[in-house]
Amino acid sequence: MTKKNLMVDARSVRKHYGSNEVLKGINLQVETGKVLVLLGPSGSGKSTFLRCLNHLETINGGRIYIDGELMGYRDTGAVLHEMKPREIAAQRRHIGMVFQRFNLFPHLTALENVIEAPIGVNQVPADKARKQGLELLKKVGLADRADHYPSQLSGGQQQRVAIARALAMEPKLMLFDEPTSALDPELVGDVLDVMRDLAKSGMTMIVVTHEMGFAREVADTVVFMDQGLVVESGTPQQVLDNPQEERTKAFIRSVL
Amino acid sequence: MSNPEIREAHVDDIVATPLRHPWRWVSGAILFFLVGSLIWSLYSAESVDHTVIAKYLFNPNILQGAVMTLVITAISMFIATILAVALAVMKLSTNPLLKLVSNAFIGFFRGTPLLLQIVFWGYLGIIYPTLTFGIPFTNIVFVEGQTSKLVPSLVAGIIALSLNEAAYAAEIVRAGLLSVDRGQTEAAKSLGMSGGYTLRKIVLPQAMRVILPPMGNETISMLKSTSMLQVIAVMELYTRATMISSQNLAQIELLVVAAFWYLVMTSILSVPQYYLEKKYGRGFDAESAGFRFIKFSGASKKPAKAKQVGK
Repeated sequence: MTKKNLMVDARSVRKHYGSNEVLKGINLQVETGKVLVLLGPSGSGKSTFLRCLNHLETINGGRIYIDGELMGYRDTGAVLHEMKPREIAAQRRHIGMVFQRFNLFPHLTALENVIEAPIGVNQVPADKARKQGLELLKKVGLADRADHYPSQLSGGQQQRVAIARALAMEPKLMLFDEPTSALDPELVGDVLDVMRDLAKSGMTMIVVTHEMGFAREVADTVVFMDQGLVVESGTPQQVLDNPQEERTKAFIRSVL
Repeated sequence: MSNPEIREAHVDDIVATPLRHPWRWVSGAILFFLVGSLIWSLYSAESVDHTVIAKYLFNPNILQGAVMTLVITAISMFIATILAVALAVMKLSTNPLLKLVSNAFIGFFRGTPLLLQIVFWGYLGIIYPTLTFGIPFTNIVFVEGQTSKLVPSLVAGIIALSLNEAAYAAEIVRAGLLSVDRGQTEAAKSLGMSGGYTLRKIVLPQAMRVILPPMGNETISMLKSTSMLQVIAVMELYTRATMISSQNLAQIELLVVAAFWYLVMTSILSVPQYYLEKKYGRGFDAESAGFRFIKFSGASKKPAKAKQVGK
């Protein structure tokens, strides 16, 4: 159904809350191993779109394929059938998500946050999970914070634990929902460094962000969204340096 | 981690004479006088015989009653808590049928007096002289017998207290579940956790912080409510005390004895509550954060201090 190397294939995705149309038919593809940065003013629907990708929000129209698999529904030809919660949970295991507000589990230490899902969901033996968890924390530069609770960590540290937590499930795709927006400016760099390393290692990523420097440096594709539609997409140079659409130009002027 | 500047900072701390509070001493003295004269008036009242109180304070009959009261409280609270979690989850579910059942249960058991419910369960044998447990509309029967034998007054009392308490506790649990940030459920979902797993491992442990203090209240209330089981002759503390006083006519003295043990038991209950609150408070405040650090003896030994330095 889909081209083999497409990790994300969203086709005319629509989403509305009552009469409020948030997504008006989004078409968007990400090839495996590529990084896509989603830009747009607040209220443009970019966060909603991200949450639709792992079915945290149900969509009202269109189709979302992740690694060739239809998200949230079984397609029997004539009609779609809603999946059982358990099947949806199984699909989400392959999609990591990082939230603006971190959403770490406050009653668990950094390490416990990372290993909870591998042990509880993927049935990884505790010893092995702990070893892998420590390795992941080392990777995000927090090996010495393994036994700290989220309340004892700075925002930047919390967000890096959250990235490690998502990576512990060995996802094929990582979604970042404004990962640095809630951080103090001096803490943004550490989080972006981790994301940069992750991109280099070949992870497929969709990043909603306002960090233009990051977009320019790391993104393979930049997509500009406004009012529930994709306005413009292309390489960072095309979209950021030489935007064609008036709305894109205005947005980039205001951000820079 | 070690920051000499911060430690030496104490040298410059302000040295000031603390503010005096003379009215606290005056009101303290008045209070002492009032309480003292109240105790003295009770002590010197001729109608109260202290020797009878002393005689029955550690009477084995009374002690057995106190143990029974504790056992009934523990069992009823245990059953009520499990039911309450189920009821709260049902009430919060999207399934309209489960919602209806939960609402009806809570409405009924909260809406009728506990005393009435106790008497009802105690008199179950009048409504249903025999009880049969089996599969309806078939001849398969697991247990059949006289109601009074299958449901003795002790069991009836426990059923009454559990069901009534479950209705109240369900709302406490629901409040606790609602107090947990939605982002927690979303994060759990995004990690592929099922609804049940999220509830058990992520939401409930955090909700416990909110649930425990009112549940402590409920436990104390339950312990005292067991005295109502006197009406169906369950041999708990109050029943035994009144049985003794009906023979020796020392009503006031035995009430004092019973009151003493109720006070002892309710005071002891605050101990497990303290430890439970500490356990479920981990990660939320600096004091309890260290509670489980014995388990991982990792790189960081004193996280609370690290936080101070980090500021």
